[in-house]
Amino acid sequence: MIVTGKGGVGKTTVAVALGLRAASEGKRTIVCEVSSQENASRMFEHTAVGFHEVEMEENLWSISIDPDESMREYVLLQLKVRAMRDMLFRSRIFNYLAAATPGLKELVTIGKIWELAQLDRKVKKGRKYDLVIVDAPATGHGVGFLQTPRTFASIARVGPIHSQAQQLDRFITDQEHTGTAIVALPEEMPVNESMTLERDLREEVGVAVDRLYLNGLYPERFKKAEAEKLAALAESENGAAKAAARAALSEYGRAKTQRAQLSRLKKGVEAPVKTLPFLFEPELDVEAARKLAGKLG
Amino acid sequence: MASVGEVLEGKSICICAGSGGVGKTTTSAAIALGMAQQGLRVCVLTIDPAKRLADSLGLAELGNEARQVDPALFEEQGVEMKGELWAMMLDAKATFDELIARQAPDEESRDRVLNNRIYQQISSALAGSQEYMAMEKLFELHTEGDFDLLVLDTPPTRNALDFLDAPRRLTQFIEGKSLRVFMKPTGLAAKVTGRGVSVALGVFKKLVGFDLLADLAEFFNAFSSMVDGFQARAKRVNKLLGDPETCFLVVCGPQGEPIDEAVYFHRKLVEAKLPFGGVVVNKVHYAADELSGEVDDLPTALAEKLDDSALAKRVADNFADYQALAERDSRNIDHLANELRTSCVIRVPYLDEDVHDLAGLSQIDRYLFATAEERVEMAAGRA
Repeated sequence: MIVTGKGGVGKTTVAVALGLRAASEGKRTIVCEVSSQENASRMFEHTAVGFHEVEMEENLWSISIDPDESMREYVLLQLKVRAMRDMLFRSRIFNYLAAATPGLKELVTIGKIWELAQLDRKVKKGRKYDLVIVDAPATGHGVGFLQTPRTFASIARVGPIHSQAQQLDRFITDQEHTGTAIVALPEEMPVNESMTLERDLREEVGVAVDRLYLNGLYPERFKKAEAEKLAALAESENGAAKAAARAALSEYGRAKTQRAQLSRLKKGVEAPVKTLPFLFEPELDVEAARKLAGKLG
Repeated sequence: MASVGEVLEGKSICICAGSGGVGKTTTSAAIALGMAQQGLRVCVLTIDPAKRLADSLGLAELGNEARQVDPALFEEQGVEMKGELWAMMLDAKATFDELIARQAPDEESRDRVLNNRIYQQISSALAGSQEYMAMEKLFELHTEGDFDLLVLDTPPTRNALDFLDAPRRLTQFIEGKSLRVFMKPTGLAAKVTGRGVSVALGVFKKLVGFDLLADLAEFFNAFSSMVDGFQARAKRVNKLLGDPETCFLVVCGPQGEPIDEAVYFHRKLVEAKLPFGGVVVNKVHYAADELSGEVDDLPTALAEKLDDSALAKRVADNFADYQALAERDSRNIDHLANELRTSCVIRVPYLDEDVHDLAGLSQIDRYLFATAEERVEMAAGRA
């Protein structure tokens, strides 16, 4: 399950919430981060996990996929002769080529995700997972990221990378086993981007879009008549009553415009839209994600 | 605490930097509008304009060329405009192509680069190329000197480092000196340099397939004639970024994560000796004590005034929720001001509506171009 969307919409929170839910259902689940920011492990107040599969809770693991480490692991799996591997890692020219080849970093990152999803793991004593959740790069980079295998297969027309890239492309576009979830906010721009993103994912990448999560939806706390009453109060009062009335009016206005965005999103996409409530909580920690986990549908 | 107007006094370039989703595009547009209103000729360079905002400015077909916002529009909306507001959308690929055309010694080498697959990948997809081209366009417009102020909305890279590093990484990649030596068709250099290199090349060839390597070789050959021009230009771009007439504004939101990124970004700016101007925090909830002084027994007071105790309770609960966010915001912003050792923190409140037109931008400008005291007064609804 690949969780994608614009920056700042709460992809990590949703990815962790999906992970928590799957784990509570008894599925062995791993949440992968690809941005080296370790936002997921930070939510668990865990120290940085790095390129290791670290258990966060029962049935829930986390890993931060670093492209250099993935490259290293890939080469280790490809080359059996130890002396040659050592030579290669020390070789400046090899490292330079690896860094200079467009898309190679993304390719080995997707390669690692594929490896994690295999029941017959390539790494020694690899754990078997029922579900691999990917906290994908922000939109824009996201579509390009998922397209890397295909682009690569067309550039490198021969050699083992060609067939491996093809295999990864089949992995991404396997509608039965691989899916994406788009996270959006109930605002103009994120809603527009999500509609474009869904189309690009379906048509350009060819990956299944299972659902959209509209995150941070304000509750409808006040009715129209009440808002009018509060508007009058905000005008006539001073002090705390004025501030409270204004906060209520702000909530009312937000909730209303957000619902307009929600219906616009529902009309503009094919996949079902699930809403996730705005949490009036100072910081979104693992407990916040747990609250959302129950509402993922 | 200064206003944006004071921070940008005498500056000719303003670069708005920050992570995605913090309202950078809107802030850039609002700054450009506000500065133009004061009588300057301003151009805002944006990466990904909100369509509705662009439409509302009458700039539906924003392209890689600067276009002026119709002065009649300001009059219609009752916005006093002393200067000129221009806008353009950065097209990284088109800018890169133009740059190649300018640097290429002849048409043949130009076409060889433009048609090369590796180039096509780099110019449109390689991380960092968009950032680099933003700098390029900025440099070009600055050199042409048609504007008093250029406002740049940077790409929403999650990692601030990418953006500062982009010019260096890209020129390094393009230089590729060590690589070009080894990729000579004869492979002679490889033999001379020793077995290690030829084995490394051989293994790489095996791993990625020969085609890719041939494309890379072709790319570097085609590019070789332009390397010096690129390097010289990159140096001038870097110099411009460090110029005292340039000002970096960090844009962020009040939550923990964007605040952390703003701190990180500021550190990178200082390390790179780039001129930091201040920080704009968007979507801030102002705290009750700032807004109203003492908070007494609110539910009771509200119940009396509203004559509806159920509604009063909901209003009070909602207010408490907002205050929890306000406390977080002020805690995070204090932390930010401490870390940045700056008093120039401009707080734009969480407005009741999203901004996608001129009126919305003016609304933001009321805060950006006010003093700190005026901002509190406005947020409290007293001004």
